[in-house]
Amino acid sequence: MADRGGMVERRGAGLWLTHLGLILGVAFIAFPIWLAFVASTVSQPEIVRPPMPLLPGDQMWENYSKALTSGVNAPVALMLANSMVMAIGISLGKIAISLLSAFAIVYFRFPFRRVFFWLIFLTLMLPVEVRIVPTYEVIANFGMLNSYSGLILPLVASATATFLFRQFFMTVPDELAEAARVDGAGPMRFFFDILLPMSRTNIAALFVILFIYGWNQYLWPLLITTDPSMNTIVMGIKQMFPSGDDIADWPVIMATSILAMIPPVLVVIGMQKLFIRGLVESEK
Amino acid sequence: MATVSLQDIRKSFGKTDVIHGVDIDIADGEFIVIVGPSGCGKSTLLRMVAGLETVTSGEVRIGDRRVNEAEPMARDIAMVFQNYALYPHMSVFDNMAYGLKIAKTPKSEIEARVAQAAKMLQLEPYLQRKPRELSGGQRQRVAMGRAIVRKPAVFLFDEPLSNLDAKLRVQMRLEIKALQRELGVTALYVTHDQVEAMTLADRMVVMNGGVADQVGAPLEVYGNPQTTFVAGFIGSPPTNFLSPALLGQQGDGQIGIRPEHMAIDPEGALQGTVAYAEALGAETLVHLRAADGTQVTVRQDAAHAIPAEGSAIRVGWQDGAMMRFDAAGRRV
Repeated sequence: MADRGGMVERRGAGLWLTHLGLILGVAFIAFPIWLAFVASTVSQPEIVRPPMPLLPGDQMWENYSKALTSGVNAPVALMLANSMVMAIGISLGKIAISLLSAFAIVYFRFPFRRVFFWLIFLTLMLPVEVRIVPTYEVIANFGMLNSYSGLILPLVASATATFLFRQFFMTVPDELAEAARVDGAGPMRFFFDILLPMSRTNIAALFVILFIYGWNQYLWPLLITTDPSMNTIVMGIKQMFPSGDDIADWPVIMATSILAMIPPVLVVIGMQKLFIRGLVESEK
Repeated sequence: MATVSLQDIRKSFGKTDVIHGVDIDIADGEFIVIVGPSGCGKSTLLRMVAGLETVTSGEVRIGDRRVNEAEPMARDIAMVFQNYALYPHMSVFDNMAYGLKIAKTPKSEIEARVAQAAKMLQLEPYLQRKPRELSGGQRQRVAMGRAIVRKPAVFLFDEPLSNLDAKLRVQMRLEIKALQRELGVTALYVTHDQVEAMTLADRMVVMNGGVADQVGAPLEVYGNPQTTFVAGFIGSPPTNFLSPALLGQQGDGQIGIRPEHMAIDPEGALQGTVAYAEALGAETLVHLRAADGTQVTVRQDAAHAIPAEGSAIRVGWQDGAMMRFDAAGRRV
């Protein structure tokens, strides 16, 4: 903070005030997460006895291993795996489908091309919640309740991603496609050799967004997974909450919450460089 | 290496006719430049030869083969695009090798051919770089290299120099000409720049509104333009057009006289007022306004005195310098 390599001029009190403001903001946002972490490292009696502790306790190992192996309804490790499959399935599926449909819409001339584009675009106006009952009906009739395909398939089409790739493909100069044609590349060859590598940063940015979208799905998994072994982590946390007179195991629930946060954070950190490049610049 | 022949080529986009029947026969190894103002259909014509645009009617032949329906790669052509169209994520080597890779050329031969082209174009130090790490001139060379390595029968150039600065353009112009001579490949080159056309072409095709107004050797086209359009488009400053009445002659149509064929002469046939004079160093352009308002430009050697602005002078020319055109703009 003291020396930013000359990037920021010394402005005396103003600089300190700016940083003070930023630190306060970060603390304000991070405080609930810190509390959750603290709660996941103490024992149940310590949580329920006010005032709540503000420093980590010594029960961390016990709480986390209990959460991972047994949990409340299902072991958290299993729910994490389920969420992982669902989030990766949704993001990869969405990316593959949107890339191909954007490719079709931008580079091929077929009857009713515009109509198809607008049909895809129209689905943006219908959020999952609006069409959830018919979707449930369809998935139930396909026998996909309590299965990964049931979790993934209904969420795998994405108008937003199609639109994003369409916009990107339209900025790719036509001459590039023509040069590839002169070089003898067929359409799919052009797609895999030229377009796909050029969309790399966009794909990375989209993967981060879609992974988090898939990871945070709540309503849909809640509806179609009745078997605890198919529960995903985000809905699993809610399932752990006590109903009626049950006693909640708060340290385990908090440990689960912290665990649920880790994969999206890792994805964001791991893909940060590509992610930001994808959002900011387009390579041409 | 091959001949190219276009027979009554027509193109329409929907109901708009863009090219109204063009016939050109190109000999093996010949350098043909298609020149014309923007929108005259010259690029469309080239793209039809390349196979990037369908031919509405007529026939395109490369070698002895009708290629109207052939895919670009089956036509044995290579094309250099105006914005180079290099694959941004590939190295210079991969850019040049891509076409060969698709054609399943053996790896050793790809390397040999790319190395040879890189040497010819002085690109050897840059083979591992990405296009964005190259200057405009180097990118232009890579685009040329991509065309060379395929050893095509015909080179197609679509305004390849228009994205370069003036100095580099002159240099690349010479290089393209030298390269084409060395390789002996038939070339079809589209440009709007008449200097490029004059310097590069074995024969040039002057396009105007979808029609080839004149086909011929550059000096032949310059010295003996067949239409007022060609006379006005080729040559800078452009040909002066005078109405016969201004010279006390009968008939309609126009008389064209090139600026360099006019000279200030107290006995001259045409009187005018000096509007302004541009001294360019080696020469001076004197702009006159004739009695009926026509703008006339006289190009004279810098050694001659520059007339004062506003003064009335007379200009003259040799009889042979007059080019007569009929009312439809055709040479009489």
